[in-house]
Amino acid sequence: MADLSSEFLGIKSPNPFWLASAPPTDKELNVVRAFEAGWGGVVWKTLGEDPNIVNVNGPRYGAIHSSDRTLIGLNNIELITDRPLQINLDEITRVKRNWPDRAVVVSLMVPCEEQNWKDILKKVEDTGADGVELNFGCPHGMSERGMGAAVGQVPEYIQMVAQWCKQHTHMPVIVKLTPNITDIRAPARAAKEGGADAVSLINTISSIISVNLETMSPEPSIDGWGSHGGYCGPAVKPIALNMVAEIARDSDTAGIPISGIGGVTTWRDAAEFLALGASNVQVCTAAMTYGFRIIEELTQGLSNWMDESGYKSVNDIVGKATPNVKDWQNLNLNYISKAVIDQDLCIQCGRCHIVCEDTSHQAITSIVDGKRKFEVIDEECVGCNLCVSVCPVENCISMEQMTSGVDPRTNVPISSEYANWTTHPNNPSAQR
Amino acid sequence: MANRNFEQLQQDLHPPLSRHEASVESDRCYFCFDAPCVTACPTGIDIPLFIRQIGTDNPKGSARTIFNENILGGMCARVCPTETLCEQACVRNTAEDNPVRIGELQRYSTDHLMATGEQPFKRAAVTGKKVAVVGAGPAGLACAHRLAMYGHDVDIYDANEKAGGLNEYGIAAYKTVDEFAQAEVEYILGIGGITLKQNQILGADISLSGLKNDYDAVFVGIGLGAVNSLGVDGEDEEGVVDAVDFISQLRQCEDYATLDVAKRTVVIGGGMTAVDAAVQTKMLGGEEVTLVYRRGEERMNASQFEQDLAKVNGVVLRTWLQPLRILSNDGAVSGVEFAKMSVVDGVYGPSGETVTLPCERVLSAIGQAFDNADDAVQLALENGRISVNHERQTSDEKVWAGGDCIAGGEDLTVAAVQDGKLAAESIHTALKG
Repeated sequence: MADLSSEFLGIKSPNPFWLASAPPTDKELNVVRAFEAGWGGVVWKTLGEDPNIVNVNGPRYGAIHSSDRTLIGLNNIELITDRPLQINLDEITRVKRNWPDRAVVVSLMVPCEEQNWKDILKKVEDTGADGVELNFGCPHGMSERGMGAAVGQVPEYIQMVAQWCKQHTHMPVIVKLTPNITDIRAPARAAKEGGADAVSLINTISSIISVNLETMSPEPSIDGWGSHGGYCGPAVKPIALNMVAEIARDSDTAGIPISGIGGVTTWRDAAEFLALGASNVQVCTAAMTYGFRIIEELTQGLSNWMDESGYKSVNDIVGKATPNVKDWQNLNLNYISKAVIDQDLCIQCGRCHIVCEDTSHQAITSIVDGKRKFEVIDEECVGCNLCVSVCPVENCISMEQMTSGVDPRTNVPISSEYANWTTHPNNPSAQR
Repeated sequence: MANRNFEQLQQDLHPPLSRHEASVESDRCYFCFDAPCVTACPTGIDIPLFIRQIGTDNPKGSARTIFNENILGGMCARVCPTETLCEQACVRNTAEDNPVRIGELQRYSTDHLMATGEQPFKRAAVTGKKVAVVGAGPAGLACAHRLAMYGHDVDIYDANEKAGGLNEYGIAAYKTVDEFAQAEVEYILGIGGITLKQNQILGADISLSGLKNDYDAVFVGIGLGAVNSLGVDGEDEEGVVDAVDFISQLRQCEDYATLDVAKRTVVIGGGMTAVDAAVQTKMLGGEEVTLVYRRGEERMNASQFEQDLAKVNGVVLRTWLQPLRILSNDGAVSGVEFAKMSVVDGVYGPSGETVTLPCERVLSAIGQAFDNADDAVQLALENGRISVNHERQTSDEKVWAGGDCIAGGEDLTVAAVQDGKLAAESIHTALKG
């Protein structure tokens, strides 16, 4: 059995699955239910200063569904905890005392003044919590008041607040990053520069989930009006994966521990985050869609896969795929692949043909010898993988590498040598 | 009388899909390129498009897509043997042996638009041209609707009290509940420009030559008026009934309890009419209903679904039996004697053995024939039915024909609709000059 135990900044948890700072971690009752279900840790829903903030009293969530109402994306306009600070602190104290083997990290968001951060850090320290996560990410509501994403979008602020926090607490400091920026590496570098022990990402993405076409109100609608919210769930995973990888492979931030967040729904999602450089993952939407019991699938699935793949501990996976993430200019232009359609598996839907014909390279037939048949025309196929992407049958179309002969499309002999754009003759700034 | 199940006669075979069910089912459609289901549909409905319109919550647009090719899309959704047409062609069969439920989705959309009362199409400006349509069955209705749409005025002459043809008189009740056939006729006539003239029999009340004189074009869609005879001794006995007449009587009956049902019924035939008659007899309370076909199940015209439906409803299926004679006792049917049949060295023939099935009633469902008794239809025939070209024009350049009465007629509502549609297009082209 693979060892799922996790250690993040010295914070131990029985598995690498934490619940992200969000509604599921707003109260002792919820957190205890999560720990009973088997979650490795929680990041307590963001604390702020008293008087406690208030939430809207109407809908806070909007969703994108598949036809069968599988939840694909969720957005919310909920703010940080709307309960008095002391109640949360008391509950955190009790939970940590009763669940010493679980990670309890506290998310914080207070105005951008040193004294405010100093004060709240002291209070959190007294709870016995394992660490703090600085919420520089929430894109809605709090950002209008100069907090959340308003801080996270200015690297200088991130560095400054991180410095204050490191100065005023001995607890590990995690900076949670907002994806609502142009280059995730800038805020990550600032966090590191400020002395943060780790970064966690992504927070939610600024979004309007939908418009009610009858009332012309954005959803979720509060009395006919809507406001942008934060987008999360399975749909945002690719964005999060990229940002995790960017930080993991950036020479300025390489090595900083990363807590991966963004659409983790299955063990496979978690394994992908770990492989790209996250040391653990945080989950929210999946739990808010199915309840806490999904932790059973997450831990068992990850464990099974690790056993089958020969990974003994979570750390064995961390960063395994990071070295394979490259800038485009480094990709091997001598790697030639062609689509191959398995005629035994083909169900004749013809989607590969029509998408290639209409939108790509006219490289798949529809009729051969007078009969409906979908075959790749190697002379036209650029190996783009669109046909594979749209084929409804798994493994029916595959991309196969050409290792010898001549590429029938370009008439260029196949070369086993690596060659990329930096040396390509068409590149005006090629290094020759 | 055991097991009377009148409720079942008035219950949908497939309950209508809810909005969510339709949405989920629509998502199973792959929106195939040059979709095989469209090719398999005799009316060529753009099935992937109408399903996609369901998936995008546009059932009205979906219904228009269907009605554009098949104005009887509502009835076809109920009675088409989809398992041998569109759904047989669905690529999901190859993938998982489970096609998209195209028929049920088609019903979802057509029901939706019909329930609103909105017409899918508006009439073009009136042309002043007049067309006579003989027969208000699927072919005639489809032809009349399209002609009306193009702005021509149409009179439909029908021999019966009610319009609809076999949809009204010849299909099992459970396939078209809640008077759907009449509701559909009203919906089709709702486009305007069509006048229905009932109880008008060709050859008696009206004549083809008269119609040709009075109208700019004539469409003949009179179906098959005669029934094939069993050709055996005793078939004139009182207990021997034509299955089409039985279904017609049942469909027009106000109170099923007044219908006479025998304790034991033998239905002879292998098509949909045979199954419709057998299953309904069972629902009416027939204790023993045996459906007898002269060859193997695989040769039956009734689809596998229909055969299974019969079995599920307690009908006993017997094959390789050909009737030899109807047995009677004191003028009442007492049974049917059959010859056991077989194929030996590729030759179909009696094996020498016989079987007798005792019964009090025999329903004959061995097919219908074109009735041209009084030479009412003076048109060139082919294999005993009206000969037409690919535009459904007959030997008379002013007369078109379609549905079961033409040579090559497929005994399918949807094929009749296509005939009517093609004929209307051809008539329209001719009338435009």
